[in-house]
Amino acid sequence: MRTLLDLKTGEKAIVKKITGYSLIHRRLLDMGIVSGTCVQLVKSAPLGDPLEFKIKGYHLSLRKSEASTVEIM
Amino acid sequence: MKWEYMSNKIKVALAGNPNSGKTTLFNALTGSRQHVGNYPGVTVERKETKCKYNGIEITVVDLPGIYSLTPYSIEELVARNFIFQEKPDVIIDVIDSSNLERNLYLAIQFIELDVPLLLVFNMIDEAISKGYHIDIKLLSRLLNTPVVTTVASKGEGIDDIFKTVVALAGNRNQASSSIIKYGKEIDSQINILSDYLLNKNIMNGKYAFKWLAIKLLEEDSEIIQEINKNCDNSEEILSLSSKCRDYLQSFFGEKPERIIGDKRYGFINGLCKETVYLAQEDRISTSEKIDSVLTNRILGIPIFILFMWIVFQLTFTLGNPPMRLIEFCIGSLGRFIAFFMNDGILRSLIVDGVIGGVGGVLVFLPNILLLFLALAVLEDTGYMARVAFIVDKLMHFIGLHGKSFIPLLIGFGCSVPAILGTRTIENRKDRIITILVVPFMSCGARLPVYTLLIGAFFSSAVAGNVLFSIYITGFLLAILMAGIFKKFLFPGESTPFVMELPPYRIPTLKSVIIHMWEHTWLYLQKAGTILLSLSILIWFLTNFPQNITYSKDYENNIKSARENFVINMEPLAQKLNVSIEDIDKNEDIKKIIENLKTLKQSEDAVKQGELLKYQYGELYNLSVNYMELQNYIAGQMEEKQREKLGVSYAGRMGKVLEPFISPLGFDWKIGVALFSGFAAKEVIVSTLGTIYSLEEADENSISLREALKKDKIFSPLVAYTLMIFILIYSPCIATIVVVWKETNSYFWPLFMIFYTICLAWILAFFIYQGGRLLGLN
Repeated sequence: MRTLLDLKTGEKAIVKKITGYSLIHRRLLDMGIVSGTCVQLVKSAPLGDPLEFKIKGYHLSLRKSEASTVEIM
Repeated sequence: MKWEYMSNKIKVALAGNPNSGKTTLFNALTGSRQHVGNYPGVTVERKETKCKYNGIEITVVDLPGIYSLTPYSIEELVARNFIFQEKPDVIIDVIDSSNLERNLYLAIQFIELDVPLLLVFNMIDEAISKGYHIDIKLLSRLLNTPVVTTVASKGEGIDDIFKTVVALAGNRNQASSSIIKYGKEIDSQINILSDYLLNKNIMNGKYAFKWLAIKLLEEDSEIIQEINKNCDNSEEILSLSSKCRDYLQSFFGEKPERIIGDKRYGFINGLCKETVYLAQEDRISTSEKIDSVLTNRILGIPIFILFMWIVFQLTFTLGNPPMRLIEFCIGSLGRFIAFFMNDGILRSLIVDGVIGGVGGVLVFLPNILLLFLALAVLEDTGYMARVAFIVDKLMHFIGLHGKSFIPLLIGFGCSVPAILGTRTIENRKDRIITILVVPFMSCGARLPVYTLLIGAFFSSAVAGNVLFSIYITGFLLAILMAGIFKKFLFPGESTPFVMELPPYRIPTLKSVIIHMWEHTWLYLQKAGTILLSLSILIWFLTNFPQNITYSKDYENNIKSARENFVINMEPLAQKLNVSIEDIDKNEDIKKIIENLKTLKQSEDAVKQGELLKYQYGELYNLSVNYMELQNYIAGQMEEKQREKLGVSYAGRMGKVLEPFISPLGFDWKIGVALFSGFAAKEVIVSTLGTIYSLEEADENSISLREALKKDKIFSPLVAYTLMIFILIYSPCIATIVVVWKETNSYFWPLFMIFYTICLAWILAFFIYQGGRLLGLN
């Protein structure tokens, strides 16, 4: 299973689904991480975590633990 | 839904995503008066303003910035409840035109509410320069909702908003919810549910039935709770809704709320494909270029440290001169009034109580203004989100959010602005934990106390290490307590760090100034009044009771000493041709006494004294006698003051407290000092000064150090224990009041006082008793 964590800097991928149903996942959905959306890893923070993604034309930052719950194709 | 509407008054709710320019738009709409407060029961800030348009009074309420209408964040719940409870005539949804997809996600949820809605496409200029071409007319038609484009920062399009709002409010039959399609399967279940709800007229149509049906399918906890509470047939409703959910679940193999969210974005995606044209997809924007430097792997952290250093210096170093000026003005005012009043209780109340209290409120003003200036700039430029981005790993490690960093940093200067600064943390849990540990960041007011005690009991060789150990103890305690609070006070999953990194923008002067002023005003208004009354209370406790029977007749002692002096010295004075009544005006005697006073502190005092004696002859004898009289009078006055403090309510409390603090090596005198430290930590120094009968003592005062050293109760161990105690125990009144106002509850400030005192006691106990066991006393 490939997740957002497997992306290299600058790489793009299509979201397959979010695994999990807690508050965090509800929030991810509201922020536009839905199946079929294109996500690009822009960079990681200077200390390595969190990560910055580009999605639907804006920039979103997620912790690694959160990014790992988003499955990509 | 029923919407009450009167032709000359309109109530408008201003909603939108964070970073959509909502606040800028609010400021652009703003009339003469803004009212800032909190939504009842929560800490979410509520801003309201009234403006006039063609003789119609329009009240605009600024809702918190939100991304969705779920019940899972306080802000979203507040926005939702506001709409249902206060029934605004029109909702304005502010949309960032260059971030349409995500912004429209909220917009279509508003459309489903079937309320008069106006979509404001803000920052349209930015979208155009980024290469977006939006067919506004088509979009408006497809959504069956009016759309206005604006550039709020330049005031463009504001008139259109007013015009459309007035038209919308007059014509409230907007029902566009049928526009949004979720696909055949979901729509059919929505219809089944909403038809049922409509037939039974559930909750008298407080909620639009289609919206209610969707919320039931999404298993919205708040709505289910409300149905359980208000509907007799709640079981029937919920069993029907779970049947619909089960059907969808088996059809899609996924939870309905997930599918509904997907479909919403799908709908928006289709909408944008039809109406938005982007010239160049993968262009790197200026903002992205700036960001590649500011959050750069190597440069990111040094730049961050530089910015934080600037924020701290701006707040405290630049704030210091105006702070001193305020102190000076308050002091002068006190002396000015004292000059015109007779010595007595009223003068003491006005000078020490009221003016001192006002001073205590105003003295924080420069710091607060400057901190909020810095915060406003960081927030409006978009760097604040990067601060959180850069330090989140560090802060997450200690159980806090990246945004807690700035308040903690500011805490080293002063807890009051630091706690006000926690407003930037959206999540309530994180905000409260940050507030609870901010006082462990040893503030500037505690430094004089450390300086005094370290100066008195530690050699200059170890002074630096001792001071550092105090600061580091506070820092470690903050980490430890944050972890404990996170685990026991707010158990459950940690706050998601799903945070937008908005594009960098140049802040407008107006919005920065408004931001700065609003928060300062809030402080003055809320904290100021309470703070003033509490300072008067502390003044009362340290000055009352007034009619004390002293153990000695100090006045009489002074009087007879004076008489004796006159009798004994009269002949000598006459011989020297000095008037004994005007002896204090004699220049030579003044000079000799001055010389004698400086002598005391130098090495070869005896030799120098002989020299003076030789120089002035008999005048020297007269001077010495007069100086002794002066010293005696001062001593009597000070002793009286000390006795007065001893029997004052504060002194009595100190004595009552003594059994509790004696295991820490403290006596009642320290108890009184600690009590006075509740007013402000630096007051501990002046209280110790009063107790040890020294006028005008400050932290560098050599005599106060000597007095402390002479007192048997003190030792380096007790001094260190005391410093640790002062570091931890109850924050000052100003902090407590700000915590009260910011958390909007009595519980948190009381909890804060309680747990810090307990923690201070426990730690001090172990240090003192442990030190004694090791033979350090």
